Amino acid sequence: MLVGLGRLWAAPPPRGVCRLLRARLRQQQQHYSGSREPSLGGRGGEATGRGESRWREKDAYDLSKFPVEYIRNFSIIAHVDHGKSTLADRLLEITGAIVKTDRNRQVLDKLQVERERGITVKAQTVSLFYHHDGKTYLLNLIDTPGHVDFSYEVSRSLSACQGVLLIVDANEGIQAQTVANFFLAFESQLMIIPVINKIDLKHAEPDRVAKQIEKVFDIPKDECIQISAKLGTNVDQVLEKVVEKIPPPRAKLSDPLRALVFDSTYDHYRGVIASIALFDGCVQKGDKIMSSYTKKVYEVNEVGILRPDQYPVEKLRAGQVGYLIAGMKEVKEAQIGDTFHLQKQPVEPLAGFKPAKPMVFAGMYPIDQSEYTNLRKAVEKLTLNDSSVTVHRDSSPALGAGWRLGFLGLLHMEVFNQRLEQEYNASVILTAPTVPYKAVLSSSKLIKEYGEEEITILNPCHFPDRLHVKEYLEPIVTGTILTPDDYIGKIISLCQSRRAIQKNMVYIDDHRLMMQYLFPLNEIVVDFYDSLKSLSSGYAREKAYSTGKAIAERLKDTIPQQLFEIAIQAAIGSKVIARETIKAVRKNVLAKCYGGDITRKMKLLKRQAEGKRRMRKIGNVEIPKDAFINVLKRQKDK
Amino acid sequence: MHPLRLARNCTVSLPLARSSGQFSGWGLTGGQVPAYLDEATLHQAALYVHWPFCERRCTYCNFNKYISPSIDHDAMRDGLLRETETLLSVSQVKEITSIFFGGGTPSLARPSTIARVLETVARVTHVPHDMEISMEANPTSAAASRLAEFKEAGITRLSLGVQALCDRDLRILGRDHTAREALQSLEEARKLFPGNTSVDIIFGHPGQNVEPWEEELEELVALCDHHVSLYQLTLERGTGLYKQVQEQALSIPEQEELAEMYQAARRILGRAGFLQYEVSNFAKSGAVCEHNLGYWRGRQYLGVGPGAHGRFIPWGEGKSLREARIQTLEPDDWLREVRQFGHGTRKRVQQTELDILEELLVLGLRMNDGITHQLWLQCSPSLSLQEAVGDSPEVKQYLEKQLLVLDNRGLRCSWEGLALLDMLLPALLLQLQLSYQKSVTHSLPSTGSVPQALGSTTTAHT
Repeated sequence: MLVGLGRLWAAPPPRGVCRLLRARLRQQQQHYSGSREPSLGGRGGEATGRGESRWREKDAYDLSKFPVEYIRNFSIIAHVDHGKSTLADRLLEITGAIVKTDRNRQVLDKLQVERERGITVKAQTVSLFYHHDGKTYLLNLIDTPGHVDFSYEVSRSLSACQGVLLIVDANEGIQAQTVANFFLAFESQLMIIPVINKIDLKHAEPDRVAKQIEKVFDIPKDECIQISAKLGTNVDQVLEKVVEKIPPPRAKLSDPLRALVFDSTYDHYRGVIASIALFDGCVQKGDKIMSSYTKKVYEVNEVGILRPDQYPVEKLRAGQVGYLIAGMKEVKEAQIGDTFHLQKQPVEPLAGFKPAKPMVFAGMYPIDQSEYTNLRKAVEKLTLNDSSVTVHRDSSPALGAGWRLGFLGLLHMEVFNQRLEQEYNASVILTAPTVPYKAVLSSSKLIKEYGEEEITILNPCHFPDRLHVKEYLEPIVTGTILTPDDYIGKIISLCQSRRAIQKNMVYIDDHRLMMQYLFPLNEIVVDFYDSLKSLSSGYAREKAYSTGKAIAERLKDTIPQQLFEIAIQAAIGSKVIARETIKAVRKNVLAKCYGGDITRKMKLLKRQAEGKRRMRKIGNVEIPKDAFINVLKRQKDK
Repeated sequence: MHPLRLARNCTVSLPLARSSGQFSGWGLTGGQVPAYLDEATLHQAALYVHWPFCERRCTYCNFNKYISPSIDHDAMRDGLLRETETLLSVSQVKEITSIFFGGGTPSLARPSTIARVLETVARVTHVPHDMEISMEANPTSAAASRLAEFKEAGITRLSLGVQALCDRDLRILGRDHTAREALQSLEEARKLFPGNTSVDIIFGHPGQNVEPWEEELEELVALCDHHVSLYQLTLERGTGLYKQVQEQALSIPEQEELAEMYQAARRILGRAGFLQYEVSNFAKSGAVCEHNLGYWRGRQYLGVGPGAHGRFIPWGEGKSLREARIQTLEPDDWLREVRQFGHGTRKRVQQTELDILEELLVLGLRMNDGITHQLWLQCSPSLSLQEAVGDSPEVKQYLEKQLLVLDNRGLRCSWEGLALLDMLLPALLLQLQLSYQKSVTHSLPSTGSVPQALGSTTTAHT
């Protein structure tokens, strides 16, 4: 059983993206070593295929040769682990995306710097040159930004496309994120090409999956391309269909510039690098452009395409996709969804832009307060690259100084935490997440005080008294649940207990059911997924006991033995449900302490004495900070 | 003026730490005398001499030692002599109270080297005729055959590294002798140093448990002389044994079992007439090691040889604050420095009065007798033991639970408390720091600046 939250879990998590990126890095390095002949596309009229034909570099990047009719912009969407990154790898290989040129050294250097500096290169857009029926096409594979796995951002990325490859695992079938992604693409009126992947697996049932697709998405089952991205089976067909079925972008070169920002990254040397899709007009170095949202004006320093490394070109034209550098200092200046136009020729901005709004808040604290400064720096650096995270200083009596961070969703929060740990080697305590509330005030005095009638509350301490409030509002999300029908009763009662409202329920095949609910975000933000999983594995009844036991055990592992025995009990009200005992220490004394041992021993003891100064005591029991942390922090989903 | 009285006046109004800056550069013994030593001990020191070489590496040992196929004995002798002379001069010590040759394996040194060091000490300072001169020795047959020569050279007390009485255990520990050799050496040593032979034994090694340990110790007690040093195996990072345990090739006994072994050993030795006078040391008929007692009583000591540690006032350099000193670790570097500067002192840290009191607290409580009021007041005329640690609620709890005893004799551990000393010390140290800070603030004139409770560090040769 899987749950997908329409708003929150719309696209695959970043793991796959990282894999994709690593694969690209490997490829580039391999290539630089000179083991392969340069290969890129072919002159018009030559045969297609894997690097069979050669282009001169000059021709390759002369984008004026690609009028709108020869451009296809598309994206790959899939549920986790259904093979998105593997397919992307194959597409890069088939089209020979990496060329050996003089510039490769720079590419490599740049990447090294990036790695040294700990910047994650986010999943990027790749321009592919593909030859089909005697013509060369410019295919732009637009990846959704690595961490922003949320419907708004994905829909912005999709709005730069005219079609998507919807990948479904031939074994697992349609999953929650498949559905969420489908509807995003559907709502954007994109051409959807269903691809059933992993047909090489032993238990693959491509026909069953094709039927599901027909039933749920109303796409004829014979339109599904059955492939194995791993082995490369039928991958050629995928590119053929992209060219045949996806319409070229509706763009006018003659109109003034209108460019959609669908991603942005931050480079320490070059500032903000915005990924843009040109709807109309063209842009080149020296142009004065303006952001529709901020009204700020910039001079364009560089434009180029992504192969997937940056490759400067003279000019980007309507229908094309590439990057733009224009001296922007903060990612906030290149908000996803914003429209750029020429300063002198304002245009109607592309519809649907709204700044990212955090919906999940959690406290973040350094494990050791001495790490505060380092952690602050890490958070600052990371938010440079991710403007959607909001940061407020906060402090907790148990955990000391920290921050209250706002995220777009749970996955976003976890990714942020993971990046802190992996890229900045920072270990942090993340508290259980909460959601923002709104209150519509009735007291005119308070309205005056706040300056508005409707206020947003992030911290429970700031809740206004209900006497002065007309109504409280909370965020609501759509959740999609796919499950075998055995659990239908239990799931319905679980959802009802979470104040959810059912929107619909359909059988996608003989035994599998898709249900959609409107959930108050607060009801599902912490443990809904666990509860849902536990329904099928049957440990829900034992939950209180096992949680109590787990916390008691965690405490037992973190509280060091002391001079006397310590009993740890978990209780509900007055009923003790779990108990652990920490035995008293019986011996702890340094064996050898002579002239040469004293300095070292003193150092250790002084540190312990200093630790004692800061140690918290409950009764007679000394509780090290880790113990608080272990109880307070969210446990990873098992 | 009586130096002690002067010292007291000085400390009450002007605590030592505060004056540290002003003292540097003053002339010799210009009437400024530190408060923490009485007249008798002021110009006394023990001497530790480090012989850094071993024949092989024991798997548990992380001491400063080197396995060298060829030792330049002449160079080492000259180096040790030269540094001994220098440090005696720097410290202006008038009387050496005990000497200890440790290592490494000092029984690998030539007896003549030992003799020459002793001659040098006797030439420069006063040496009591019955002074304790200890040496560590490995119980190999080679060493045993030379024990008489060492006695001839002046050694009066032998500390024999028997460690275990079972060959399997000796192999795990990486020792260079068998149990049989050890017992023969012990017999030989007892003949030469009757009443002054000590035996080292280790418990808690891999695969050991309580019963065989008790039998092993009973066997040893029957054979040994008047002194036993009993060490729980400490796994030190970087040793072969540590690695093997990390890799789970070997496993050492559980904490509970180790505690049981320790208590069993204390009972067995007690029944056999041995008095435990320190955490790991037991003696009968008063055959304690005076040299080691000096460390625990906070006395001065000079450290000669590669990596040796010292604690003394370098009067000869015009200083009157005690310093913690460490000599250069590596024998070749050390030798070069001794040739060039007369000594291989690599690190010197000035100790404040608080530093010294902290060390006394930590070390003094290791002794059965603990810290007597008299001993404490020698170092701390202004702050009594009761004032120093008595205010802490935790210390009160320790006293209540009878882990600690504070009475008219002084402060000491109970029988149970001694085994738990390292758990008591952090709270005691913290309280000492707080009480000391308070007393210093009180005794200062209101306009005075608050003293820095930190010593200064000097590196290399100044």
